[in-house]
Amino acid sequence: MRNWLESLAVTLGKEPTKPAPDRFTAAVCEIHKERQTRRAKEETFKIIEDRKEKVAAPQKWRRRRWAVLIAVNLLFVLSFRLDLQFLEGTLSASRFMGFHMADIFSALQVMLASKLVLVNLVIGTATVAFLCLGGGRTFCGWICPYHLLSEWAESLHLMLAKRKIARNLKFDRRARVVIWIVFSVLAFGTGYTVYETISPTGILSRALVYGPGMVLVWVACLLAFEVLFSRRAWCRYACPIGLTYAVVGSAAPLRIVYKIGHCHHDGACREVCLVPHVLDLTKRGRAPDVQVDVGGDCTRCARCLDVCPTGALSLQVKGLGNRD
Amino acid sequence: MAENKIPLPPNSRSPARRKFLRSLALASGVAGAALLGFVPVLRRLVQRLRPPGAIDEHEFLAACIKCGQCVQVCPVEAIRVADLGDGFGVGAPYIEPREQACDFSCDGLQCVLACPTGALTHHIDYPHQADMAVATLSNPDSCLALRGQGFTGVARGDNFRGKLRYEEIDRWNPIPLREHPYDLEVCDLCVRQCPIQIRIAQCEAGSPPSGDPNQCPPEAAIRLVEVEGADGGRAWKPEILSGCVGCGVCEMVCPAEPGCITMTPLESRRGHA
Repeated sequence: MRNWLESLAVTLGKEPTKPAPDRFTAAVCEIHKERQTRRAKEETFKIIEDRKEKVAAPQKWRRRRWAVLIAVNLLFVLSFRLDLQFLEGTLSASRFMGFHMADIFSALQVMLASKLVLVNLVIGTATVAFLCLGGGRTFCGWICPYHLLSEWAESLHLMLAKRKIARNLKFDRRARVVIWIVFSVLAFGTGYTVYETISPTGILSRALVYGPGMVLVWVACLLAFEVLFSRRAWCRYACPIGLTYAVVGSAAPLRIVYKIGHCHHDGACREVCLVPHVLDLTKRGRAPDVQVDVGGDCTRCARCLDVCPTGALSLQVKGLGNRD
Repeated sequence: MAENKIPLPPNSRSPARRKFLRSLALASGVAGAALLGFVPVLRRLVQRLRPPGAIDEHEFLAACIKCGQCVQVCPVEAIRVADLGDGFGVGAPYIEPREQACDFSCDGLQCVLACPTGALTHHIDYPHQADMAVATLSNPDSCLALRGQGFTGVARGDNFRGKLRYEEIDRWNPIPLREHPYDLEVCDLCVRQCPIQIRIAQCEAGSPPSGDPNQCPPEAAIRLVEVEGADGGRAWKPEILSGCVGCGVCEMVCPAEPGCITMTPLESRRGHA
């Protein structure tokens, strides 16, 4: 319960802190003590040095994820273009083999703006909320088309940042909560689904299925901003869709699990993470137990699994097949 | 965005304060960008013909989740998705009747059934219950019937992509207008192809499709009235009647360029539950 509240607070913008001394288990205290030794620190140093020589980290999870993301979006496109009628609509609302699905935040906008609660919409929203209760923010990394573009933009950003052409301005993550509240209030107050006007998720999904439009310029602006000024800014600091999934799915059984026994605290995972605050527990002396669930803001993109040289992180479903 | 242009007071050197101001600028920038969508809506820069069953314009834009499921089910692909210029209406469905009107060839109002949010109200079941626009004879000077002329050929030329369902040819599959040439002594395409008039004729002949008498429109939508032509000869004037639902088929089929009839979209619609 305390872990969950802490994870929720971090999702809502709190900076992660070192847990109180009474929350550390005896077993993990032993490990933390061992990790403070000169020998352990030298090992960490060696791993960091090794990484500099290696060409590139494996891309196993990234390839899987891109394949799923592209397949889902392609299914939307083909359902319309080839009349497959398998997954009709777009990411704001759809029918999967006839079953209603609705994005939680988009549906909330509609309900707040129209002051109507329609059965079909409630069914669709509840279905997605149910999936989210199980999978958390998985939508972001595995389905959202903006995530993929943003990932490519991120590669460009990192390249330019290395050459000091791009900067990485950091924002307060509470901005995302403020944006969520502002758009909810705007929907209720104006009676328009204001957020849908600029939602890169909705815009891209519609552009894929129904063809491109001028509104893609907005998405291009967002990407340019991310490339030049702030790494992954939209997903990190702004997107209310991501925040909704993070909060609704904050206790999801599908999550990344961290095992300190394998960890050398070299920080490879935090360097690639979209939401590095969830991996704060991989820092030296932070994990309160030998095995800890990664927080609710995690998109399950599993980049950390790809880059971790020692297999300290794994994607698991709570209560199912947890090895070692 | 504008983070760097904000004039900073002298005590703003602290990184925490800069980060706070930057974050504030981000949040206001995002909200501000979205609120720009208010401009076309408030100034009524665009007035769209919405699909059948659309509730009043303001409520419609509130209720529409911009998923485009109505677009997908339309057999004549009459429904399009709005772009940037529509402001808050980005992603909302509309019809450009001169290009492709709603000819009700699905009979059962598939777009209404597809709508997950009730932005297209489920309270209407039949085409004649729709209330999308008012048709007006906006360009009588080029009307062939008003000149007493007939029409021979394809209505909109060989390159026109619009489709129409001809029940006598194939009830289920609309065909391109260009594949259906006409030879008319007096041009009456706007009346002849009006889906409401076609349905009325079927009902009067005692054969409403699927035998459902509720399908029969209670009022006529359009007719030709004989008038005296400019040269004193016989001429006919299209007259729009109270049964018109604004589907736009007359606007699409009109062979004159520019078309004689245009749809004026309604903001307040009868279909409202």
